[in-house]
Amino acid sequence: MALDSKIPQGPIADKWTNYKNNIDLVNPANKRNIDVIVVGTGLAGGSAAATLAELGYNVKAFCFQDSPRRAHSIAAQGGINAAKNYQGDGDSTYRLFYDTVKGGDYRSREANVYRLAEVSTNIIDQCVAQGVPFAREYGGLLDNRSFGGVLVSRTFYAAGQTGQQLLLGAYSAMNRQIGRGKIKMYNRHEMLDVVKVDGKARGIITRNLINGEIERHSAHAVVLGTGGYGNVFFLSTNAMGSNVTAAWKAHKRGAYFANPCYTQIHPTCIPVSGDHQSKLTLMSESLRNDGRIWVPKHKKDVEAIRNKTLKPTQIKEEDRDYYLERRYPAFGNLVPRDVASRAAKERCDAGFGVNATGEAVYLDFASAFMRYGKEQAHVKGLDENDDVLVRKLGQEIVKTKYGNLFQMYEKIVDENPYETPMMIYPAVHYTMGGVWVDYNLMTTVPGLYAIGEANFSDHGANRLGASALMQGLADGYFVLPYTIGDYLADDIRTGPISTDTKEFEEAEAEVRKNIDHLINNNGSHSVDYFHKKLGKIMWNKCGMARNEKDLKSAITEISELRAEFWKDVRVPGTANEFNEELAKAGRVADFLELGELFAKDALQREESAGGHFRDEYQTPEGEAVRRKEFQYVSAWEYKGEPKDAVLHQEALEYDNIKVKERSYK
Amino acid sequence: MNLTLKIWRQANANDKGKMVDYQISDVSPDMSFLEMLDILNNELIEKGDEPVAFDHDCREGICGSCSLYINGEAHGPDRGITTCQLHMRMFKDGDTIFIEPFRAKAFPVIKDLVVDRSAFDRIQHAGGFISVNTSGNTIDANAIPINKEDADEAFSAATCIGCGACVASCKNSSAMLFVGAKVSQFALLPQGKIEATDRVLNMVKQMDDEGFGNCTNTGACEVECPKGISLENIARMNREYLAASLKG
Repeated sequence: MALDSKIPQGPIADKWTNYKNNIDLVNPANKRNIDVIVVGTGLAGGSAAATLAELGYNVKAFCFQDSPRRAHSIAAQGGINAAKNYQGDGDSTYRLFYDTVKGGDYRSREANVYRLAEVSTNIIDQCVAQGVPFAREYGGLLDNRSFGGVLVSRTFYAAGQTGQQLLLGAYSAMNRQIGRGKIKMYNRHEMLDVVKVDGKARGIITRNLINGEIERHSAHAVVLGTGGYGNVFFLSTNAMGSNVTAAWKAHKRGAYFANPCYTQIHPTCIPVSGDHQSKLTLMSESLRNDGRIWVPKHKKDVEAIRNKTLKPTQIKEEDRDYYLERRYPAFGNLVPRDVASRAAKERCDAGFGVNATGEAVYLDFASAFMRYGKEQAHVKGLDENDDVLVRKLGQEIVKTKYGNLFQMYEKIVDENPYETPMMIYPAVHYTMGGVWVDYNLMTTVPGLYAIGEANFSDHGANRLGASALMQGLADGYFVLPYTIGDYLADDIRTGPISTDTKEFEEAEAEVRKNIDHLINNNGSHSVDYFHKKLGKIMWNKCGMARNEKDLKSAITEISELRAEFWKDVRVPGTANEFNEELAKAGRVADFLELGELFAKDALQREESAGGHFRDEYQTPEGEAVRRKEFQYVSAWEYKGEPKDAVLHQEALEYDNIKVKERSYK
Repeated sequence: MNLTLKIWRQANANDKGKMVDYQISDVSPDMSFLEMLDILNNELIEKGDEPVAFDHDCREGICGSCSLYINGEAHGPDRGITTCQLHMRMFKDGDTIFIEPFRAKAFPVIKDLVVDRSAFDRIQHAGGFISVNTSGNTIDANAIPINKEDADEAFSAATCIGCGACVASCKNSSAMLFVGAKVSQFALLPQGKIEATDRVLNMVKQMDDEGFGNCTNTGACEVECPKGISLENIARMNREYLAASLKG
């Protein structure tokens, strides 16, 4: 099947408007006869469910959590981008579009990104109308801050809890529709398969996580807003339950999976403390607005720090290497995430890491304390030369900006970041790859849509900070509600979809077979045992830097581990009860397939782009070397084992941006 | 360190349930409380026993899933945190730790330490929103200036994670802090004022229908709240409720 991205004709700035003017609409009376399933209730799924219900469709929404409000979008900290130009600092739709395409290392689809930039401003208006309490200035207007990879302040925020506030906004919009009966909400339900009838997605099979019941649900279209697959690494900043199962089942039913190797390793996370660790904690990128990243210049200081005979605060300014400021003077500490992560790895690999395992760098707020403190002292008419006072005043300002993050750090690490610099190290955070979708956000299965992090479309090979929230809400509130109507316009005479058909029966039987196998396997190791092993392979061989030899061995190791899993996993309890191990087993089984495709994709992509860095393709200074012949989306078609997946290419064309070397110097 | 755990085990909603003793050794002070339970569960599974069921997801204190009652306190002995942020350095070698579910009539146990908090969702369905269509055809965001103090206070109320610690800590199993926080968020913002009357009446009615108790100003909820939601929110809700009832 040839990939058709269905990008509308015309100049880029008019494409979305022209598209909306020319699509088929469904009249309100007919919408009442159409059912839509939305899986996942994060920013993308939640906003889509609310908007589709408001338009008049009958929505069934599903989440595995006990409430839609707990989807992992809730944990996003720093902010949401929008080209409002409230700061008058030269921002525009074009500039947001440009920054996003460049930030993605010229591996995203121009038309999608432009549309994203275009609707970004609506998101802020919408959220404020819903009562989302964004941070404000004293004059009562909205405040902004700056994020990595850009030269303007376009990020709207709510302290370090922006994701929480936006998700609660979408959740409140859902609640309104649940109250009206337009959304039927299924909490603690996990989707275990997509059902296709006559080639179209017409339903899903779910498992009720409380009592284990397997259920059939039908609809005229199915929307996946099921997030990313970072947990394939076991240790990531994702929630424990975040998984690839919905997307992977869709893949196995014919949806192509795009660019699985594009993974974002976030530079500012709390370093790993030991083998017991179950997840990693992110410290918002917004901290890089005020924090400066450094390691000692001299090995002897590194040694002394590791032996705890020297404190970081005792190292003189001239003996510190602010390596981001040194290497990238134009963007400094605010280079994009992929660049910042690799730079940290480079310093740590060279032996300058500052914790016991040598895998940590400092994020230091000392100069921000003094800068803010001086300003405060000046405003309040106090002594600007009293360093102790100035520092204290400055700390108070920093506390109002990042207080919750500082508290979080202290609780985990047991060190006071107001007194000593934070230690950070990169960790798996976000996946740019995902289910392939066209301009309509439809997958290669008709009637099956993927939105938010679950799809691949807008971030190319690297996502800029504060753009995930923007994309999730753009897809759910403003894009999908239009595009899905164009598809559903053909379904007004279809009538209800029966679940009493052989297609549903077969899908259910397969789900039951899988569950029976896992429950009755009676092997010797827990699910986590295999998940941790998979995570180690992924991190060591498909992590921040990859090469041909490691990737080839990763493919073999993952496939062996998968065989061992099916032979030797032990799932306690029964299928007909609350059984978290069973749920986990199903998720890890899918990660064990995705992981192999991930490595295969990384091996095939012989270039370095964004989050995908191949040792073989770098400049003498260690910068990524992108290759023109790889200017395409890799969309993989399922053909049985991951090793047999077939590659389809969607060529990427840039008519509105000149593709050039991506430099932040 | 080595610990004795006394954990509530209950097979399902109909089971009577009981405390069961477990020994766990070599616990590192750097582990989180839930990581300690992960290790216990792994041992149980590899021995062929049933692991302890508990709710958890983000493990960074924001999703509100985790819900343990540890040594008689919601989210355990530390302050301003959820159970997933509680670290074992708060305990010492040889300690005995009691682990129970959040208990309230409106939070029935599903299994072991997992409870059903959907009553919170139903209260939100009754009025926890502003009735604005999500079409994007609203006015420009900066056309509604809001003074910073009100915006900050609305934000503080909105940081509630819906974990239910307030209910579990209250001798009356009252949900007033939870409901008060949501009512306050909207009451403090101009966008929320239009539906203020119906909102507070409907949410309070639903809260009562769910079987939550009343507030007798003990203040345990505020102490145990991982997000520091203030009792002022309950006072504000009471004022809103009174004003709405008079209008009613």
